[in-house]
Amino acid sequence: MSATGAGRPLLEVTDLKKYFPIRRGVFSRISGWVRAVDGVSLRIAPGETLALVGESGSGKTTTGRCILRLLEPTSGRVVFDGTDLLSLPARAMRRMRRQIQVVFQDPYGSLNPRMRVGTIVREPFDIHRIGANRRERDEMVAALLRRVGLDPGMRDRYPHEFSGGQRQRIGVARALALRPRLIVADEPVSSLDVSVQAQVINLFIDLQEEFRIAYLFIAHDLAVVERIADRVAVMYLGQIVEVAARGEIFRNPLHPYTRALLQAIPIPDPARARERQVLRGDPPSPAQPPPGCRFHTRCPSAVEACPRIEPPLLEVTPGHWVACHLHPGPEVGR
Amino acid sequence: MPRILEVTDLSTHFTTPEGEVRAVDRVSFHVDEGQTLGLVGESGCGKSVLALSLLRLVPPPGRIVSGRIVYKGGDLMALPERGIRRVRGREIALIFQEPSTALNPVFTVGYQIAEGLIVHKMMKKKEALREAARLMEVVRIPDPGRRVRDYPHQMSGGMRQRVMIAMALACRPSLLVADEPTTALDVTIQAEILDLLRNLKRDFRLSLILISHNLGVIAETADRIAVMYAGRIVEEAGANDLFARPKHPYTAGLIRSIPRLGDAGPEGGDRKKRLAAIEGTVPDLLRLPPGCAFQPRCPDVMRECREHVPGLRPLGDSSDTVACFKHHDPEGRPR
Repeated sequence: MSATGAGRPLLEVTDLKKYFPIRRGVFSRISGWVRAVDGVSLRIAPGETLALVGESGSGKTTTGRCILRLLEPTSGRVVFDGTDLLSLPARAMRRMRRQIQVVFQDPYGSLNPRMRVGTIVREPFDIHRIGANRRERDEMVAALLRRVGLDPGMRDRYPHEFSGGQRQRIGVARALALRPRLIVADEPVSSLDVSVQAQVINLFIDLQEEFRIAYLFIAHDLAVVERIADRVAVMYLGQIVEVAARGEIFRNPLHPYTRALLQAIPIPDPARARERQVLRGDPPSPAQPPPGCRFHTRCPSAVEACPRIEPPLLEVTPGHWVACHLHPGPEVGR
Repeated sequence: MPRILEVTDLSTHFTTPEGEVRAVDRVSFHVDEGQTLGLVGESGCGKSVLALSLLRLVPPPGRIVSGRIVYKGGDLMALPERGIRRVRGREIALIFQEPSTALNPVFTVGYQIAEGLIVHKMMKKKEALREAARLMEVVRIPDPGRRVRDYPHQMSGGMRQRVMIAMALACRPSLLVADEPTTALDVTIQAEILDLLRNLKRDFRLSLILISHNLGVIAETADRIAVMYAGRIVEEAGANDLFARPKHPYTAGLIRSIPRLGDAGPEGGDRKKRLAAIEGTVPDLLRLPPGCAFQPRCPDVMRECREHVPGLRPLGDSSDTVACFKHHDPEGRPR
């Protein structure tokens, strides 16, 4: 497998859970739990891109936020470069954030509308007291803006004066400022126009090559993911159902959900007619996940065990993990 | 094939404090009976305003300033308000992107589907509700007998979009205009809705205008495709032809810039494969560049592109059209 076998992972997440309480009635008594993330484990090597894909409600965004500690997980371990993030006091966590940055989906909501763009990008330097003085910091800002493809002359403008793609570049510049080793990018291109989306994807690819940043790239668009990922993890209702290297997951998807997801992507080529297994029904609510395999209610190939026994995530070929009763263990030598 | 809709030189403008916005600018296209026209474009290109214009539903300060909308041989622009009201829903129905805002939260979905039947077809309420349940079955909502009494908030996004489609089908329209009908939905649900639309088109002998920014959705659904940029149609052609041999540099750039599965290059290579992006951004309709709106981003720009606006002209003797000086000179003569 590429990049993750040898050496210490940069990020290692073990059995991460995040449950949100459902409150009812006048006294806001807790009447149940939404199990948004329910036992997620993953690793990212330095300089690697792990794509976390899934549909709405799969828990992919919550997973990203727990790793950043923008949400406190219910349980689990998040180890970054040997340090357990969940046990860090607030101050130490703040220092750690220099190394773990975030780019949000919505370039309209994630930039303070009252701050000039230069100030937004300079803020990380100000907070972490980087650079000898204001002038040095401003020079660093100019270099950053240039690097993400923006004219440093525009630093005195406000976010609303920029287009969606330009704003996402500003968000990337801010994330890049402190030379992080990991960027959690939560659907960073899904709100952009097609022609601009390609520019921002290219920027992510180029920056990784230049600075050797690892990405946790959260997305729902598998065609985008295929461009940028080294490995792909597929989530369904709070759990990872399949992980494999990019080529492996696109060439040889094993979990019926991954297959359905791949088949569902409309192909921009009318000359290529296609076979498609259309999934029936909606994903169930994460407040009441089905027993056994969570996908069995929509699965076209469910067997007798599926509604009864939860399949564990098993390594079926080196680096290829899947949680499905149809693939009950190593396929080597079978 | 007979034409169900022929739009000629349609313009819809919005008067704003900053100036006149030409959201739809001299747009011409047609839809043949039983066919699907895919209308593709990026945000702000005017495709939604065009959809509203077809039914004369443009909200102020917008107004249709010129053009003809000939539906089944009659010009909708010439109809009095009462006449166009009879066309809406009964002849041409609209489906919007956001089913949660297009549905009324205080009425059951069954009643909302039945409402059109009560108003347009003079059905009794009970009969109309029975028909509503039948329509819900047609759009594959499970357990329709029970779910007619559901309120919109009790349904998922995919189910709400089915309700919208059932509402649109209620009065048996001949033409369905679907504006980004799957954009708010997950891919697996999107695949189901597109499959449903294809089947309904066949079973109800519908003609369809499908509006989307997603070239994949368009490619899988449309017979013909019209590409919009900055308020204008820049190219129209058969779906296969448009993807295989795009004539307008914008169409070509758009097709090249979308990532497609299986095209990401070898695994484990030193470099990830970059995408062929179109440089620059979509122009602001208030500050359009001189000449062709695409010229600042165009790789093939020529001198006349900055001086004249290219008109939409036929290519040879086909019904395909393109608005680009690579194919016609400023006088409209083929090159």
